[in-house]
Amino acid sequence: MKLIIATIKPFKLDEVREALTTIGVRGMTVTEAKGFGAQSGHTEIYRGAEYAVNYVPKIKLEIAVASSLADQVCDTIIQTARTGKIGDGKIFVLDIAHAARVRTGETGEDAL
Amino acid sequence: MKISLSSKLGLAAALIALPQMGLAQDAAATPDFNEIGPYIMTTLLFCMAGFLVFFMAAGFAMLEGGLVRSKNVTMQMTKNIALYSIAAIMYWVMGFNLMYPGEFNGYVGSFFVPTVLDPVGVAAADAALDYASIGSDFFFQLVFVAATASIVSGALAERIKLWPFLAFVVVLTGVMYPISGSWQWGGGWLSEAGFSDFAGSTVVHSVGGWAALAGAIVLGPRLGKYGKDGKVHPMLGSNLALATLGTFILWLGWFGFNGGSQLAMGTVGDVSDVSRIFANTNMAAAAGSVTALILTQLLYKKPDLTMVLNGALAGLVAITAEPLAPSLFGALWIGAVGGVIVVLAVPLLDKLKIDDVVGAIPVHLFAGIWGTIAVVFYNSEASLTTQLMGIAAYGVFTFVGSLGVWFILKAVVGIRVDPEAEMMGLDKAELGMEAYPEFSQG
Repeated sequence: MKLIIATIKPFKLDEVREALTTIGVRGMTVTEAKGFGAQSGHTEIYRGAEYAVNYVPKIKLEIAVASSLADQVCDTIIQTARTGKIGDGKIFVLDIAHAARVRTGETGEDAL
Repeated sequence: MKISLSSKLGLAAALIALPQMGLAQDAAATPDFNEIGPYIMTTLLFCMAGFLVFFMAAGFAMLEGGLVRSKNVTMQMTKNIALYSIAAIMYWVMGFNLMYPGEFNGYVGSFFVPTVLDPVGVAAADAALDYASIGSDFFFQLVFVAATASIVSGALAERIKLWPFLAFVVVLTGVMYPISGSWQWGGGWLSEAGFSDFAGSTVVHSVGGWAALAGAIVLGPRLGKYGKDGKVHPMLGSNLALATLGTFILWLGWFGFNGGSQLAMGTVGDVSDVSRIFANTNMAAAAGSVTALILTQLLYKKPDLTMVLNGALAGLVAITAEPLAPSLFGALWIGAVGGVIVVLAVPLLDKLKIDDVVGAIPVHLFAGIWGTIAVVFYNSEASLTTQLMGIAAYGVFTFVGSLGVWFILKAVVGIRVDPEAEMMGLDKAELGMEAYPEFSQG
């Protein structure tokens, strides 16, 4: 089992969700996040004074899938979330040691 | 505003002075409309205009609530409703009769003469037929002093303690504003000298601005507003929709502020003048806002809504000293200059490290001074020297007086919350009540 953590541009969320459900992803956790990377921040002016916006708003996705599906999920996110401009996001893939479904007590891939 | 001496003088004098009142009239006869019409219409004008100016208290509250950070909104609302209410009480206790003392030495009237209204169901023979009812006059004047106090609350937001601020409001609305107001509108030395300030660019707005400036200097800037390297760190307003609503409410209220200051609606000329004032007032606000819109686009590459809002208000303040005489084009350029003043003065105050949260000092003080000077362009009876003298007199009296009051309050009770409370926000620290408890803090 793999946990895929992806940060993407917020306006790409719906597109990514649709594409992922088409390839068989049955659930994900979505968090509004902010951070910085290559895109860094930018400056704005308020009442004549410049200030730095150090963090850029992003959407963080957490998706747990069977190992066999992990590569496909990564490719799908890359294809749908890409704009080609700085700030498109990053994807990290982690191993899952254990998974359980709270309602039934099922474990392993059955719990995903 | 013109002088309202006659409302307080003996009615007999007024009756003799006005031929249309019919001196030989039988006491029992019902007066015809020509005699009581102007009184009724002017009283109505004061009531309607007074309601509009009253609503400016809501405008100030929304503007300030939108421009402070969300952790200080409850406190700002508390200050706004408290200052209005205190002003209303102080103006009854002493303010109204201190400002309109009738015969006096021209500098200071009598203290502690509470306002007494007309008797219930006053007879026409006992009413001030050449003017308006005392109740309407009192109410109309009262809402002006409340506006002055509102100006101070915005500039000092997010760091001043509640009770010392309200103590200042007591002195400002009960003593300082009425004394300086009597110099002009009470028939005192400045009106004798020919100073001209129709609805109060100086008497109301600059006075509030001077008091705010003194307070901002004594109080110091918000923590973190100015970095050690002199860099300005903006503190973004919590809700620009509320700030915009507040500005529109103030704009609406200003029709009462300036239109009501015609102080008469009993003739064709007066009614026409009131409408002329409405049109000019609206034009000045529009010009101030468009000017700020264009100027911030040119200077900063993006329009700044908060400056556009300030620009509209600066246009309104600028036209307030003479909203009647100018043409619509006159109102346009007078208001536009007000908009320029605000856009340039806001960063200037930041350079001086004077932290004015909502731009009250540029809007009410600087644009107020400009408006008072601009009277000379359209009012041939006004002279530049006298206008400058009036501006200086109000400036010295209010600024020095306010500095004194602020320093005394600072020494005796302290005026500033401690740094921890300021960082936490006055809502939690001083009131234990948040404006938006279900949202994360901004």
